[in-house]
Amino acid sequence: MSEPVSTFQNPAGTWSLAVYDVLKAQNVRLVPFVPDGGHRGLIEHCQADPDMRAVTLTTEQEGVALAAGAWVGGVRSVLLMQSSGVGNCINMLSLLKTCQMPLVILVTMRGEWGEFNPWQVPMGQATPEVLRAMGVLVQRVDDPELLPGEVDAALRLAYSTYSPVAVLLSQKLLGAKKFGGSK
Amino acid sequence: MNAPQLERRVVMAQLLEERGSLLAVTGLGATAWDLASLSDSPHDFPLWGAMGGAAMFGLGLALAQPDRSVVVFTGDGELLMGLGALSTIAVTRPPNLSVVVLDNERYGETGAQPTHTAAGVDLAAVARACGFERTITVREESGIPALRAGLHAGESPLLAVVKVALTADPMTLPPRDGTYLKNRMRAALLGPTAIYE
Repeated sequence: MSEPVSTFQNPAGTWSLAVYDVLKAQNVRLVPFVPDGGHRGLIEHCQADPDMRAVTLTTEQEGVALAAGAWVGGVRSVLLMQSSGVGNCINMLSLLKTCQMPLVILVTMRGEWGEFNPWQVPMGQATPEVLRAMGVLVQRVDDPELLPGEVDAALRLAYSTYSPVAVLLSQKLLGAKKFGGSK
Repeated sequence: MNAPQLERRVVMAQLLEERGSLLAVTGLGATAWDLASLSDSPHDFPLWGAMGGAAMFGLGLALAQPDRSVVVFTGDGELLMGLGALSTIAVTRPPNLSVVVLDNERYGETGAQPTHTAAGVDLAAVARACGFERTITVREESGIPALRAGLHAGESPLLAVVKVALTADPMTLPPRDGTYLKNRMRAALLGPTAIYE
């Protein structure tokens, strides 16, 4: 059986440039990420900016430690990951909680609205609880029109209160991933 | 191969001689106690947890402070938990970051169980395969001065494995409060107004 072809279309044009503009305005200079289709447009905007550093990670927990070190050195990060990556970060998030490090994490959600892949469901459904259990504040966004304002608010919250804040970009906002083989 | 003879605290003391503004990060456990036995400075950031994160914390610090040199002291067990970091560091290529593994081939805090380096896993070879252009394995005291010089200058990141003896050193604890460690280093690097940001 051949590999199904992803027909997922990144709705990048609708919000990724506006979110990138928010990161610029808030002086975010480091963008560590494990890629996700939903983040594709934002990643590309950050990679094209010579004043920003986009860092590809092998696992999401690297990004938590990277952002913590960068903040101690005076640089703001926004960490990009898919909901499955939240589980890879759990113990590393203790660094943010214990040291009261600000950080905004943008999480593209899987395992919910219109999900095709059953393997995405457990971590997707557990994501908000796991984040809250580790002391991360959670904002969920369903409407792409509201997303830039939500990211701006998350950055203000994080850096004013020395808190990690996750913004969950719901699967409804992103559009559910479809595969060629799906009915 | 004979058992390593180098003593970890002697090695760290020699590497930190005349350190100037060199920033030191440690992993959890023995390397944190080692640093605390030698230094308690705003230029130190000993981690008490976040196992597997020390090298990446150092990378973040090095990227944010390109005019300073950063050294991460960590153990073989700590680095093995986050081995992917070696590839991320090699690809990111910060010239001002060194990772020094004080490799006693044991999980020293938990009963001296062997780590994979005891079975031959070569962390310097892993770093070379990831793309580190500067790697060094030190087994004798004669190798320390060159390594010490390498911490202060280079055009690419450095990974050093220092094979050290399994020793029972007195436990010297650094400050436990992470917010203190954070604010202390931020004030030293960014000025006293940093804590009002």
